[in-house]
Amino acid sequence: MQLTLEFGGGLELLCQSVKIHNVDVDQAGEEKLTMRHLLSWVRTNLIKERPEMFMKGDTVRPGVLVLVNDCDWELSGQLDTTLDDKDVVVFISTLHGG
Amino acid sequence: MSGEDVKETPSKTKAGSRQECFYAVFEEEIHCVIVDNQLFKPGERIAIGASGGKDSTVLAYALSELNRRHNYGLDLFLLSVDEGITGYRDDSLETVKRNEVQYGLPLKVVSYKDLYGWTMDEIVKMIGLKNNCTFCGVFRRQALDRGAALLKVDKLVTGHNADDIAETVLLNILRGDIARLGRCTSITTGEDGPIPRCKPFKYTYEKEIVIYPFRCNTHLIAGIYSPNAYRGFAREFIKDLERIRPRAILDIIKSGENFRIATSTKMPEQGICERCGYISSQKWCKACVLLEGLNRGLPKLGIGRTRGVNGHKEVEQTNGTKNIQSKPCGTLDF
Repeated sequence: MQLTLEFGGGLELLCQSVKIHNVDVDQAGEEKLTMRHLLSWVRTNLIKERPEMFMKGDTVRPGVLVLVNDCDWELSGQLDTTLDDKDVVVFISTLHGG
Repeated sequence: MSGEDVKETPSKTKAGSRQECFYAVFEEEIHCVIVDNQLFKPGERIAIGASGGKDSTVLAYALSELNRRHNYGLDLFLLSVDEGITGYRDDSLETVKRNEVQYGLPLKVVSYKDLYGWTMDEIVKMIGLKNNCTFCGVFRRQALDRGAALLKVDKLVTGHNADDIAETVLLNILRGDIARLGRCTSITTGEDGPIPRCKPFKYTYEKEIVIYPFRCNTHLIAGIYSPNAYRGFAREFIKDLERIRPRAILDIIKSGENFRIATSTKMPEQGICERCGYISSQKWCKACVLLEGLNRGLPKLGIGRTRGVNGHKEVEQTNGTKNIQSKPCGTLDF
């Protein structure tokens, strides 16, 4: 599945300072790709250092904002949000200076 | 919003209308805070403390927009401080300059080198990566006031948001800093001083401010010298609380506001710094103590517990402040 992932607010530093990643995520036989699956995929495939800055437990670290197609993922079911081809997912850290 | 609205089927297709709604609500909430708290009077000259970061950029945009929309009749200015950190301000000063053009607000930049004779890079070279946030913060506070005085403005507004204030409440409790705890939740401070300050984003979640720039196309920059600042721990705690219950942030502010300090508590009295005339509860203000340390080659002076210059305060108190037995508010630092 083709997705566009964007990292901001310092999170791009964890993936070699690249902000925008066009990726092809394997659905691993699941019918629908969920954010839960995507997060573990990102952690394995994109995050090169300090994964604890990105994740805590099975979800993003508190203070990291997630937008799915410009919409806060808290409105679409967080980890259970399902993704479709060509969706855009944005991760922004708010844990930095103003 | 009713409970039913919230439970509405999750959908990714409504993002468009939600966005427009969010922008409108965000802006009107700020307007209400401004009106309810009578932050401004028509005809006032207002300096916006502009760091080039997300908070102040959003503040500059929102204020100039609301000023137009609701006819506040304000004369707005951008005020920036250049600390002299290589690479740090290059980007953010560019952002501020862009804001100057985009929002049509005149810009004034004051530098640490001009004000104190030291850039932050020179200070870091002298004292290392630890503790330099103390210098930066103390110097910045005065720099904004001095810049505001240069611009001859009536008020200074800063982009402090609800998360910042909740964090400050917690830090002041942890430090036992009663004097600051008393005033850190005020939306306007220093009304008796030459230039009052106010925080129109006092009730605005940081999260909203981070989402908002998608409208004004801002990118975000973090302080490169402060990856492990003590503030970080309190900040993370706030974010953990927010995850469990978003209102916790506003509740902490409310708790801070409702603190009542026993009348028997001795409070530090504000006087004037003998050296520079800035507000200070001590003989010398914090900036002057730090500067003295730098200039004498003893940069640790003024960091941590009070020693050195202000250590003699019990012996010679010449600026009229009372002898304070409790911890003086101006010298506690992390």
